[in-house]
Amino acid sequence: MEKNNLSATGSTMKPDYVIGEHPDLPPPSNTIGPIAWIRDNLLSSPANIVMTILSIFFLYKILPPSLDWMFFDAAFVGEDRNACRAVADGACWAFISERFKLFTYGFYPIENRWRVDLSFVLLVIAVIPILFDKTPFRKYGLWFAMVFPFIAGWLLVGGFGLDPVPTEKFGGFMLTLVVGITGIAFSLPLGILLALGRQSNLPIIKVFCVSFIEFIRGVPLITLLFVASTMLSYFLPPGTNFDLLLRVLIMVTLFSAGYMAEVIRGGLQAIPKGQFEASDAMGLKYWPSMRLIVLPQALKISIPGIVNTFIGLYKDTTLVIIIGLLDPLGIGRASLSDTKWTGLSNEVYLFVALFFFVSCFAMSRYSLYLENKLQTEHRR
Amino acid sequence: MRVTQFAALGAALSLTAMTAQAGTLEDVQARGELNCVVTTGVAGFAAPDENGKWTGFDVDFCRAVAAAVLGDGEKVKFVPTTGKTRFTVLNSGEGDILFRNTTETMSRDADLKLTFLPVNYYDGQGFLIRKELGINSAKDLDGASICIQTGTTTELNLADFFRVNGMSYEPVAIETNEEGITNYSANRCDVYTTDASGLASTRAALDDPSAHIILPEIISKEPLGGAVRHGDDQWADISKWVVNAIIIAEELGVTAANVAEHAAAAGDNPSINRLLGTEGDMGAMIGLDKDWAARAISAVGNYAESFDRNIGPDTPIGLARGLNASWKDGGILYAAPIR
Ligand SMILES: N[C@@H](CCC(=O)N[C@@H](CS)C(=O)NCC(=O)O)C(=O)O
Repeated sequence: MEKNNLSATGSTMKPDYVIGEHPDLPPPSNTIGPIAWIRDNLLSSPANIVMTILSIFFLYKILPPSLDWMFFDAAFVGEDRNACRAVADGACWAFISERFKLFTYGFYPIENRWRVDLSFVLLVIAVIPILFDKTPFRKYGLWFAMVFPFIAGWLLVGGFGLDPVPTEKFGGFMLTLVVGITGIAFSLPLGILLALGRQSNLPIIKVFCVSFIEFIRGVPLITLLFVASTMLSYFLPPGTNFDLLLRVLIMVTLFSAGYMAEVIRGGLQAIPKGQFEASDAMGLKYWPSMRLIVLPQALKISIPGIVNTFIGLYKDTTLVIIIGLLDPLGIGRASLSDTKWTGLSNEVYLFVALFFFVSCFAMSRYSLYLENKLQTEHRR
Repeated sequence: MRVTQFAALGAALSLTAMTAQAGTLEDVQARGELNCVVTTGVAGFAAPDENGKWTGFDVDFCRAVAAAVLGDGEKVKFVPTTGKTRFTVLNSGEGDILFRNTTETMSRDADLKLTFLPVNYYDGQGFLIRKELGINSAKDLDGASICIQTGTTTELNLADFFRVNGMSYEPVAIETNEEGITNYSANRCDVYTTDASGLASTRAALDDPSAHIILPEIISKEPLGGAVRHGDDQWADISKWVVNAIIIAEELGVTAANVAEHAAAAGDNPSINRLLGTEGDMGAMIGLDKDWAARAISAVGNYAESFDRNIGPDTPIGLARGLNASWKDGGILYAAPIR
């Protein structure tokens, strides 16, 4: 306490701190706060200043009219396009709200739509424990996630006590989710197997995997879907009725598995040889060494690529239109030819874009979260 | 374009598959559902409403066939197709029958191996253009950019028309009618060309229909009708006579409302009696029961009813009967008799 007394009792020349222990001063006011942020980020060089001015000008030109169109000048209720036009010049969201159910459920029978809702709720319950390892009761959650596909399949398709619903009635967002999620769930394990097979020492497995991957990567998805929808019936015995949606699911899964395999191969190749040798030296057999040592590292490296493939797959689901299934985009297009609503294509495209943006953005955010969580090395 | 190659390959392969495809009627009845190939959406002809129920003029013919064959006009699965994919889908067996604003041509009949059903709409290709351009004749379209749907007859017609008249144009290729509307309204082409019926439905869809006109020239014959695959004559007969029955019902004044009454007991018009199975058994000749036509008519009504409900003058499409009036009213709609 004596130290503190120094300032009180001593002369004014005496500093109020121990010599050599000057407390930290606040940073100069022009290096913190909004002003500094603006200076550093927006005005740091002449080129930057020009860019900033241009952007502000651009936003000024674009933002107010878009907001007007989307919200302030928009009609939210009305029974047809003319009713919208009568009250507002902007977007006619009444169209989307009238067709919202069609966008969501496609042609799924109205009295059975609760099954779609229920599947969606169960989906959320099944996915949370997979995504977040702090979920309470995670072990049971994971068990549930394993059986979820069967429950959802039963709920959606019916049978065993529920009214059967033919899969061609699927459409809209639920179709996107069914195709996207099935593709995502099955293409990852398949891709891992293919990637490992490609590196295998067993020639047959290796040749098979390499040719499969190269074939898939050499053909556009739209062609595969076309084959699935129309050509397959030439190869199958006449009279067999192979569900169209199932064919699509298989094709989409195989397609993204091919890409997934290459992404994971990248990860595998980034693992130093020493890791393989070390696991051999530990006496681990092939599968344990892959499961415990190699894959955890390889998959971690590959996360951005894997998620990229997922997002690609998810967006590719819009291609199902060419085989006569109506995803949200297809529903939107078909709705546009209703004479009550025609000409509102901006509304439709914006709405569908929003749906895809939300889903894809969530996926990419999650991948960032996962990368950070698994980060063990020093950041470079 | 890969899809076209596949379409060609699919058509070629269908040759080999043909033998396996007799018995469409049995297939449809076993499945309990008719797979009908339609458009991806053309107002008035085929489009889903807000509950997902397909409606339209082409759709009605699908439903009529389903009603005749399965007893229920609702038991139809609609397979939306683009101009390019429609025939592949039909030929591969994914569709049983096609009603898709489709023009009957020799090459489609003989080369693509389709059997065309009686014409259900006499059409011709026209041009839709903005009034403000001040053009009143298709002969003045030199140098115009034109939106045109790929995989349709309209491509060749357009090329022919411009060649004959020594003019040039800039094609803007589109896949679906909706794309056509979007491109045309965004000014990416000066002119949209397709069947005049399609243009009427397109015009109804524009923000201000009165700012656009359909030029007077009709540059082609487009007899639109349904089609089935080669190789199953019984199925072709069924489909053909369902279409005829719908047309004949108008001639005889049988409507959705009075068909039950007419079908209950034989009346004094033998034509109606034969149509509705109260006299003779025409249905047996095509492998169906006596009430086949009565069911089709009660599902969708006669030709006039379907026309007026979907594309007629009181709808936003606003097409006049014109050529498509019954021959009794001076049109050329003339169905072979049921006897
Ligand atoms: N009749 C011509 C043209 C038929 C056609 O494609 N018409 C357009 C406009 S009326 C259409 O139906 N489009 C349907 C779609 O966009 O799915 C043909 O058979 O090739």
